Amino acid sequence: MIRNDVFKTLIPLISEHLVVCNIGAPSQELHALDDRASNFYMLGTMGLASSIGLGLAAAQDKPVVAIDGDGSVLTNLGTLATIGNNAQGNFTLLIIDNGSYGSTGDQPTYAGMNTDLAAVAKACGAETVLTVSAEDTAKAVEDAISSDQMTIIVSKCESGNVKVPVIKTNPIVIRERFMEEVRR
Amino acid sequence: MATGMDKQIVADLKAAGIDYITSVPCKQLAGVIEVLEDTPEIMHMPSNKEDEGMGLCAGAFMGGMKPAIVMQNTALGVVVNTLATLIQFYQIPLPMLISYRGEVGEPVACQVEMALHTKAILNQMHIPTYHFHKPEDAAELPGILEYCQMASKPVAILCDASFWRASA
Repeated sequence: MIRNDVFKTLIPLISEHLVVCNIGAPSQELHALDDRASNFYMLGTMGLASSIGLGLAAAQDKPVVAIDGDGSVLTNLGTLATIGNNAQGNFTLLIIDNGSYGSTGDQPTYAGMNTDLAAVAKACGAETVLTVSAEDTAKAVEDAISSDQMTIIVSKCESGNVKVPVIKTNPIVIRERFMEEVRR
Repeated sequence: MATGMDKQIVADLKAAGIDYITSVPCKQLAGVIEVLEDTPEIMHMPSNKEDEGMGLCAGAFMGGMKPAIVMQNTALGVVVNTLATLIQFYQIPLPMLISYRGEVGEPVACQVEMALHTKAILNQMHIPTYHFHKPEDAAELPGILEYCQMASKPVAILCDASFWRASA
């Protein structure tokens, strides 16, 4: 299964929740599959989906799912220490770990080599960290959303993207409609 | 040891409704950070790097809070992309309380290098910039914080060594 296949299994579970989605292919694929006001698409700034998600979870009570990638977490590795020291029970961080920089031509990341992001997350102080197969990801996300425990899920899937258009929605529209969902 | 100015700055932030602050420390900001830790009305969530901190602030803002970031001017070399593609692109109001290292009174020569670029970067990015040089300049802070929310922009408040020394 590639990222897009994992997304298909996730959509019934996350479509009613606040989702912060990583830049590039992940946001574009989610947008093409199931564009929702409750999705915050990152159009720039690689690496900050987990930080935005944590800030959002700290600021209000609704469940927040941040969908990040292995390459993006590596570019902002300090985020795991911040998350590990500021646990928010309504926060789920899903790291789609396909061992590659999907948006830029599938170059390999260190997470696909010697680096174990789940072990890093644990060492950073996060209590509930799971490594799951692509097939088991939806169940893990469903459990994480319904639990009061902050959960970091590393979903091991295959490298690969599907051809989808770039997101042309105005960023202020994305932000405003997302904030309306937060307030709802 | 926090000074009266450190307390006044945090009191102004609180009065402006700022309820979420992330920080990366600087010697000049130690007193402000100390007061923040003793201010339960403001959630203080330190970050490891300022671009990460701006991500936290963006999330807190969308969650209904009023965020601010406390950082050193050298970090402007870190956050240009984040300011442009997150804070400015999505129009997120963000007061940046910035220690202005490398100005007169600076003991560390290397700090001068980023001081030379500080206002140039802020000008290039069209970020409203205020420079506190004397203690009385801080009287503008409440107005600046209100202006930041009105404009939905990042706003820089540079506080130099002379300001901190005279405020001690």
